[in-house]
Amino acid sequence: MDTLLHLLLLLVILLNFFLLGSSRLASCIRTTAFQGGILSLLPLLAHGFSGHTLFLASVAFLLKGIAIPYLLFRAIRQVHIRREVEPLIGYVPTLILGTLATAGAFIFSGRLPLIPEHSQSLFVPVGLATLATGFLMLISRRKAITQALGYLIFENGIFIFGMLLTEAMPLMVESGVLLDLLVGVFVMTILMHQINREFSTMNTDNLTSLKE
Amino acid sequence: MRITILQLFLHLLLLFGLSPLLSGVIGKTKALFAGRVGPPFLQLYFDIWKLFGKGLVISRTTTWIFRAGPVVGLAVPVLAALLIPFGPVGAPISFSGDLIFFVYLFGLSRFFTACAALDTGSSFEGMGAVREVTFSCLAEPTVFFVFIVLARLSGSFSLDAMFGPTLAASWHTAAPSLLLILVCLFIVTLVENCRIPFDDPNTHLELTMIHEVMVLDHSGPDLGMILYGAAMKFLVLGALVVRLFLPVTTGNIALDILLFIGGLLFMAVVIGVIESVMARLRLLRIPQLLVGVSLLSFFSLILLLR
Repeated sequence: MDTLLHLLLLLVILLNFFLLGSSRLASCIRTTAFQGGILSLLPLLAHGFSGHTLFLASVAFLLKGIAIPYLLFRAIRQVHIRREVEPLIGYVPTLILGTLATAGAFIFSGRLPLIPEHSQSLFVPVGLATLATGFLMLISRRKAITQALGYLIFENGIFIFGMLLTEAMPLMVESGVLLDLLVGVFVMTILMHQINREFSTMNTDNLTSLKE
Repeated sequence: MRITILQLFLHLLLLFGLSPLLSGVIGKTKALFAGRVGPPFLQLYFDIWKLFGKGLVISRTTTWIFRAGPVVGLAVPVLAALLIPFGPVGAPISFSGDLIFFVYLFGLSRFFTACAALDTGSSFEGMGAVREVTFSCLAEPTVFFVFIVLARLSGSFSLDAMFGPTLAASWHTAAPSLLLILVCLFIVTLVENCRIPFDDPNTHLELTMIHEVMVLDHSGPDLGMILYGAAMKFLVLGALVVRLFLPVTTGNIALDILLFIGGLLFMAVVIGVIESVMARLRLLRIPQLLVGVSLLSFFSLILLLR
């Protein structure tokens, strides 16, 4: 059980790298969905089967693995874009930054005063690394849709962190977070649609310039 | 002492005898996928035999460097092969720090191949040399990270010990790191041997070829040496991948050697399948992928050091 958990968490990191290096939107969305699917398995593996974890896993799977990717796919179909053309920071530099951040996360979490049962687990470093990946995506990409993906990955990082305290965290808080996420993506797809209609492009840069 | 001589003999026998067969296996696999009969398994042996019997045409603009390229290209893989264990057969020559020697032996051969290509004065071959050098300079950090991970696991700086008996035990303690570096080393093998998705060994289209373009001016025995050297280089790097993948030893030396040969043939089949189902990458994407692979190997080191 534990080795499987470790392998899944490492897979999450590899998917992070892939997301930072890939320019195709469709494969980015698919990868994020896959990452979400993996994350939804974590509560079951980390805390065993119970009503609480089953509920959390199924809701996370439905939202992260199916509903949100579906919404995003619909959005890119409507606005007819297939790849991020020119990111603010290139793909290779973001990849290098992402790796450095991941390395930093591993070193940093090694120094944190964690309670003994968490000191060896990969949850903390992987959670931090995923957070950093989400941040990088948010900063470095121009398109609204890749920024939405960055936000999603960011939330995935928080989810991994939350795994540490599923026992203690009440159900309401978790469902609240997931609901927030869904609403956030809803809002973003609508926003994307609007940006596209106004400027006939998806670049968020246009939002910074004033209109007459 | 007798064991060392036996080792040396076995090593060279495997190296010289087996290396052209691997390319035949790749060719057959690809042919099978395409629904063709394909060239026979022993085609490369025939090619090399034929080329060694032919005459030599040398351009008047070239110097001795042009002749030195193929010779170094043949000698380097033989030397490098002596530093690594072939499956259960330990390396005949081994000293602390030989991993650096190993990497720069290939650097030497690359230098001479590139110089021989530049020596012809053809801008076309110069372009190939530039590409080859760029890609291998991006692949080199990966090799070093892979070796550092193995050195850390085995606590030794010689390739013989790094790929030695401790490897099987390391798979129990550091499986994720080893899995990552296995993938990295396999990709490096593909890059260094000009396989798809990095370079197509069959193409003769000027915009896409990398390695093939550098040897266009070589003919006869020189070309034969280049082909033989390339086959051996493939076997040497492949032997590392196979050893990493199959670190088991049964204790029976004949069985172990058969297992090793089986592993090499299996790897050739896998490469054949990859070449059949994948297209060549765009030239601009290759450096990006290679940097990604280096970072992956760096990450596997971090994972190990944690």
